[in-house]
Amino acid sequence: MSGDHSDATIARRVRRLETLLEDKGVLSGARLDEIIDASLTGASPANGARVVARAWTDADFRARLLADGTAAVRELGFMEGSYQRLRVVENTDTTHNVIVCTLCSCYPLRLLGPSPSWYKSEAYRSRVVREPRAVLAEFGLELPAGTEITVWDSSAETRYMVLPRRPEDTDDLGEEQLAALVTRNALIGTAAV
Amino acid sequence: MARINDVGGTEGFGAVDITDDAEPFHADWEARVVGLLGALRAQGIFNTNEFRDAIESMPPREYLSASYYERWFEAICTLLERKGVIKPGELDELDG
Repeated sequence: MSGDHSDATIARRVRRLETLLEDKGVLSGARLDEIIDASLTGASPANGARVVARAWTDADFRARLLADGTAAVRELGFMEGSYQRLRVVENTDTTHNVIVCTLCSCYPLRLLGPSPSWYKSEAYRSRVVREPRAVLAEFGLELPAGTEITVWDSSAETRYMVLPRRPEDTDDLGEEQLAALVTRNALIGTAAV
Repeated sequence: MARINDVGGTEGFGAVDITDDAEPFHADWEARVVGLLGALRAQGIFNTNEFRDAIESMPPREYLSASYYERWFEAICTLLERKGVIKPGELDELDG
């Protein structure tokens, strides 16, 4: 490798490979466009927020979600046909959960939307399993000393999503209004709602 | 021995840059790399496990100096050479 990681250099190399593969008849640019579009269709943190709001307002759904996340989110039309398992982990007044993929970047994309760079960074992956309390504080989430923190390390087969605590004084809010309160970071566990 | 990607618990990577940048791609070439991966995998030229292995077996210095999608691109090139789809150096010869 040249050590030159400028954007122009890599952009040129990618273009060259695409041309080379087209010349060899291995692929077409139009096919790439389709795949790029498909990779993003339907991936949004609004989906995860909908799941959370349903769990906050429907105790039976919440029980099903915690027992078998994959099956429960399929009730709402998410992760259909996926070979991955989803495990939903619930925050309480004494426990907090946060997710990571120490080996790379596994993440429930359809429910959380595209991941931010920090989720894929060596700094987050290496540190959140060793000193989660300090890392969460860097995100502005200061947890009481008595709160137990569990860090969930994702794998190729199992993805995690956090079920945050429902904020106080929200009894009068409907499912849609509740969903609007839920952020992507709350679903990762680096924020509260 | 653990591979370089197995960073959980290691020290020395510094503070987390928490800048929120969840737009899917930061440059057009990143999207093209995602497209390349999808197309080559769909055609059965290599599978997900081979792709993951190609990233994880990158030499540590290259792994650490590459961005996320640069790793993907390097892994794709490695596999295309290994599978005989492109010849070693063929990508560079197209230069100029």
